[in-house]
Amino acid sequence: MTAPFPSRKQEEWRYADLESLKPVWEQFAAPVTLTVGDGEELEEIWLPVSDDVQLRRVQLALGSGAKARIFALNAAPVYGRIELEISLEDGAEFELFGANIGTGLSTNEFATNVRHLGIGGRSRQTIRSVLNGNAVGSYLGKVEVARGAQKTDAEQSVKAMLLDRGATANCKPELEIFADDVKCTHGASVGELDPIQLFYAESRGMNPATARALLLEGFVMGLWDTAKQPETIGEAARQSLRRIV
Amino acid sequence: MLDIANLHVSVAGKPILNGVTLDVPAGEIHAIMGPNGSGKSTLAYVLAGRPGYSVTQGSAQFDGRDLLAMEPHERAAAGLFLGFQYPVEIPGISYLQFLRESLNSQRRRRGESELSGGEFIKLARSQAALLGMDTEMLKRPVNVGFSGGEKKRAEMVQMGIMQPKFAVLDETDSGLDIDALKAVGAGINRIMRAADKGVLLITHYQRLLDYVEPDRVHVLTHGEIVRSGGPELARELEREGYAEAAA
Repeated sequence: MTAPFPSRKQEEWRYADLESLKPVWEQFAAPVTLTVGDGEELEEIWLPVSDDVQLRRVQLALGSGAKARIFALNAAPVYGRIELEISLEDGAEFELFGANIGTGLSTNEFATNVRHLGIGGRSRQTIRSVLNGNAVGSYLGKVEVARGAQKTDAEQSVKAMLLDRGATANCKPELEIFADDVKCTHGASVGELDPIQLFYAESRGMNPATARALLLEGFVMGLWDTAKQPETIGEAARQSLRRIV
Repeated sequence: MLDIANLHVSVAGKPILNGVTLDVPAGEIHAIMGPNGSGKSTLAYVLAGRPGYSVTQGSAQFDGRDLLAMEPHERAAAGLFLGFQYPVEIPGISYLQFLRESLNSQRRRRGESELSGGEFIKLARSQAALLGMDTEMLKRPVNVGFSGGEKKRAEMVQMGIMQPKFAVLDETDSGLDIDALKAVGAGINRIMRAADKGVLLITHYQRLLDYVEPDRVHVLTHGEIVRSGGPELARELEREGYAEAAA
């Protein structure tokens, strides 16, 4: 059965481009379910496809001591949404490294819901956005810590670079904590390229466009440092960046 | 080679340099000494073209070309190198990638062929070795996690790779221990002591000048050169202080 079409009144869809999503909703509506058994590991790399509208909806269940690491590049020409619902049992670890790279009138977003159900779970979400034109890049991240999920360690780090005045970055971390011995941190910043870094690169001979491209590459490429095979996603990110700089 | 005439510079509307005149011919190393706040770093930055440093009067010619009309990257391609007092950290970009892009940008602009990855690594490795720097450090992000001394050594490695015609070195000696000071001094002599090159060495203390003998020494105070002399002037300054020597 097809899930009901979302409304912007729902918190996790508030920045979505629903007009673009509507015609293709049915083909995406059901989430994919992934299960990582006790003590097992999963590493996924998600690359953008060529479609104007791209929606990835994944439910991920991590058993005791399971580990999952996801590297995702979100760079749809019109609307890209990566939606993740994760549950963690005792000692499970989840890491998400995601980039929104957007230009024109595009909207790209991550919407995550991380549920710490067991003791000593660890989650780490790192999102970097590079946006120009009138592009929108968002992160809506909810972390829930269940009663009894003590020693949970949850981290959200979100940074965005806006290259034009019309670009918009949204960041909305949300915490719901029902245990008393947990560590949940979140940090967000929105900025422009550092002028002294630009001058340093230019003083070494790079023209302003090359210097900007290189600095933006540095901003994004750190995301893939821990991937087993960072080459493909690194190259895809580089190409997306080249398109917008 | 570098010909500065009556240069006036303001930063955020405040005059910092008040008519600097200085001529560094090819084959010479000149030292600029002066107390804190005298305008030494402003002179370095304005020569390299840092935004926010506005020239209100005067000129600077480099090899007969109007230096002040060029963009920072054009100055680099023309052969000007600025050694930063505080080298900048750039996370996410390795030193090798940064320098290869820099050098090849310069070479493209001069109509020369680019160096391949292999050629570049060979060059970088040999220059790092000459400065006593571990090549592994060049695989790390630009200046991230480097000590003060390592950053300054890395600036000299960059200079060795770029082979500029003229170097403006802004307090390259600050933050160096004695071994690093010797290595950096030897690097400056090796890379820049040549009949067709020149150096403007900006420094606070005389100690670097024990390793790099300047042809001329100038004293900058309140944005003006108040005295010039031979290498003995640096020793006098060290002995008597700026207030005395500039009087």
